[in-house]
Amino acid sequence: MMVSSSALTSICVKLNQPFGGDILSWIFTLLIYIFFAISIFYGQRIQLHVWLREVEGSLYKLKRIRDEGRKIAIETIREIGKPVDDPTEHVDRFLEYFTIQPVSMDPARVVWKLEHILDVRDNRFKDEVRLMAPAADETQVNNLENTLEAALALNMIYKIIRHYYLLGKKTLSLYVIMQLQMIMPMVMREAEAYASALKAFAYGQPIGDGAGALVAAKLMRGYQKRKIAKDVVVATVPIEGRTAYVLKAEGPGGNVAKPGEAIKQLIEENDGKIASIIIIDAALKLEGEKTGEVAEGIGVAIGGPGVEQYKVEESLLQYKVPVNAIVIKEDIADAVSPMRKEIFEAAEDAINRIKRLIKERTKEGDTVIIAGIGNTIGIGQ
Amino acid sequence: MKRSSQVKISTAFLVVIFLTLILSFVAIYWAISEVILGENYGGALSWLLIGFIGLSIATYMLYQTRRRIRISIRPQPVMTTLICEKCGFKNLREFRRGDYVFKETDEKCPKCNENMYIAAIYREVKEKV
Repeated sequence: MMVSSSALTSICVKLNQPFGGDILSWIFTLLIYIFFAISIFYGQRIQLHVWLREVEGSLYKLKRIRDEGRKIAIETIREIGKPVDDPTEHVDRFLEYFTIQPVSMDPARVVWKLEHILDVRDNRFKDEVRLMAPAADETQVNNLENTLEAALALNMIYKIIRHYYLLGKKTLSLYVIMQLQMIMPMVMREAEAYASALKAFAYGQPIGDGAGALVAAKLMRGYQKRKIAKDVVVATVPIEGRTAYVLKAEGPGGNVAKPGEAIKQLIEENDGKIASIIIIDAALKLEGEKTGEVAEGIGVAIGGPGVEQYKVEESLLQYKVPVNAIVIKEDIADAVSPMRKEIFEAAEDAINRIKRLIKERTKEGDTVIIAGIGNTIGIGQ
Repeated sequence: MKRSSQVKISTAFLVVIFLTLILSFVAIYWAISEVILGENYGGALSWLLIGFIGLSIATYMLYQTRRRIRISIRPQPVMTTLICEKCGFKNLREFRRGDYVFKETDEKCPKCNENMYIAAIYREVKEKV
């Protein structure tokens, strides 16, 4: 043991000699100084490259999600639409579609201009889907349109992030790269939500956004329905001794329809003699709030570009009709992915609240409007 | 941005990792030899610290280069609940394409042989505490 220990010591001494203990310590001291100098003069630039690398990683992930989304869309069209030709080229063209919003320098009538643009867009999208998938029925056309729109959204997210990444890389602008790096977690969350939406749309599953439509569907089940506005169905349902017009987008295809137009028409049909309007919709929850939590409030709970909300608000103002809102809370990922059990169960709670509101805010014999807002994919009536 | 499934690593980056690794090993070796020779224990501790910091930086950088991003959009398990309107029998099965809420199905109730309807379609999520 002693022999081996002394041998090791002599080996160490010999190995140290070529390096020279002092020389090595000099090298390390020098390295530390160099490190400090680099930190002072190039610290920001190094940080910039670290951020760029992080964004690059997320961008790569976004690209994969986008490609996967495109693949799902093409496969679903092939499976459902039975096209004669390969739909790939058509899908790629669809993914590049854009919509130009109307000019708002002179805001008069801008809502109607926007509505027209959105109508044209919707019709164009549906026509494109019918061309891509000739064997698809109306419900499947709606679902395919939603699938393609989710793929389009993923493509847009990827291209915008890539634009700022390349711009930041080209200009080495700290502010561009820093902002990009900071918003990336939120962007990734949204992209992942759209990715899960793709599968839900392709399979025709109900999504979280359809919570309002589900409430209306539960209320109108078993009653005679009629079409009122574009893709909107309404049923006259007796609730707590009142007459309720319950409306929702026509399902089970993916559709949000024009609930604002339907409410406006119903108010006019009844000469404004509506005791109350109750609007049920899914709403984005704040972090910390529970998914499926139901909350009540005042106002027109209709999301989207604002056209439908505007129409209802105009009619409410004209006839002075009180409006109540009931929302079912969920986060962005839940809103576009298959409906969670908590959200499904919250529909019953929302119905109880509707009944309570009707009892509290109206008299027997009154007429009320109950509107279930949201994408009705996977929800019949 | 050109990037295949295999992440491309620059030569300069590999050289930096290699140099850091060598210097770290030298520092650790230097620390051990000082302990064995019994010359300067304080210095040995400093070398050991520098060596391990360098080693961890190099290992981290190597790990970063090896990291692969795998993405796949998997369908989430969605359940369909069927109910018999006559006897209230409930049947839970996996979602099938074509199912929708309130659809009158051809599936028969095992109790009273009536057609069942789809009462619910949802997915269950286990919340992380």
